[in-house]
Amino acid sequence: MEAYLNLFIKSIFIENLALSFFLGMCTFLAVSKNMETAKGLGIAVIFVQTITVPLNNILYRFIFKQGALANYGFGDIDIGFISLVVYIGVIAGTVQILEMVLDRYFPKLYNALGIFLPLITVNCAILGGTLFMAQRDYSFSESVIFGFGSGIGWGLAIVGLAGIREKMKYSDVPRGLEGLGIVFIAAGIMAVAFMIFSGIQL
Amino acid sequence: MGIYRDTLVGPIFINNPITIQVLGICSSLAVTTQLKTSLVMGLSVTFVVAMSNLIISFMRNQIPSSVRIIIEMTVIASFVIIIDQFLKAFLFEISKQLSVFVGLIITNCILMGRAEAFALKNPPFLSFLDGLGNGIGYTMILVFVGAIRELFGTGKLFGYEILTNVSNGGWYIPNGMFLLAPSGFFIIATIIWFVKEREMAIKKRGKR
Repeated sequence: MEAYLNLFIKSIFIENLALSFFLGMCTFLAVSKNMETAKGLGIAVIFVQTITVPLNNILYRFIFKQGALANYGFGDIDIGFISLVVYIGVIAGTVQILEMVLDRYFPKLYNALGIFLPLITVNCAILGGTLFMAQRDYSFSESVIFGFGSGIGWGLAIVGLAGIREKMKYSDVPRGLEGLGIVFIAAGIMAVAFMIFSGIQL
Repeated sequence: MGIYRDTLVGPIFINNPITIQVLGICSSLAVTTQLKTSLVMGLSVTFVVAMSNLIISFMRNQIPSSVRIIIEMTVIASFVIIIDQFLKAFLFEISKQLSVFVGLIITNCILMGRAEAFALKNPPFLSFLDGLGNGIGYTMILVFVGAIRELFGTGKLFGYEILTNVSNGGWYIPNGMFLLAPSGFFIIATIIWFVKEREMAIKKRGKR
């Protein structure tokens, strides 16, 4: 139990996908203009991450892992190289299905998340989560925790940045830095703040 | 001839993918702690974006627009797999260092961005040049950031000592900050600042 709790904390703070691995930066910088949209996107990422990482974990463990195919009598064939296409296919498919399901059964949630869902397919944080899961060889239950935790970490980061940007609206920024430049610097300072956690040993 | 040259050279300087279009930030921050990894990453992205632009442009009249994203993804992912296997076979050390970021080329916004914005509307050769130009522009920024970070972070370039470290009896105290995550943000912000100032100066001169 303790190991899972550690993994959870680690994936939120210490190995934050946005601020220590720079994943999902494009959307992170583009969609953090105001709090409401940032919240919506954060929740959508948590949602999708929690579904796709365990899903890809099942595929990884039963098909792509070295020697996994031997169980089905294929001998020592390693088809790990096509895993990339399959992972991205699963992610794109999940997002599409999720969009349809939400539209049909939860129209309220769909209205809130709808516009962000297509964006998520090309969010590196989602594919990054899956690839880290495969690289670190997580078990199924670990992958559920990791997916959920890393989603929360990313959501936390984007909500934080959106808060900073809203406050920054009224500040006097040098002309050349207006717009994107100052957002980079704000994100950099956030990353410095998140480095505090890197000293924690779990 | 002019249009070909503009498509190739435009994205390198005037319309650079990182500083102006703000595409592909993730990898430009994550892999630039060393010059070598930045260079390899840049070349890989150049190859993938040029080739996938070419193929998508060939298919542009056959792709139904409702499923185009998945098709583009598949084309891009196929080229990423080629690069991934190539790096594993010939440059194993570097592919270890790049770890998941080779696979993450798939979701690099440059690829989808150029495919959607350019390759779907233009003939193959032009799209190929556009991909090549964007790739080179991306590589340039990556190499620049990588050089700064490696030089000031460790005093080395490509692993050769340029500024002699204090630990080797020299004078340079390596600034560890440049090897950490946040410095990437600061360096890119500075580059964007510089580019914007220059642009504004040019505009002002044009008005007179």
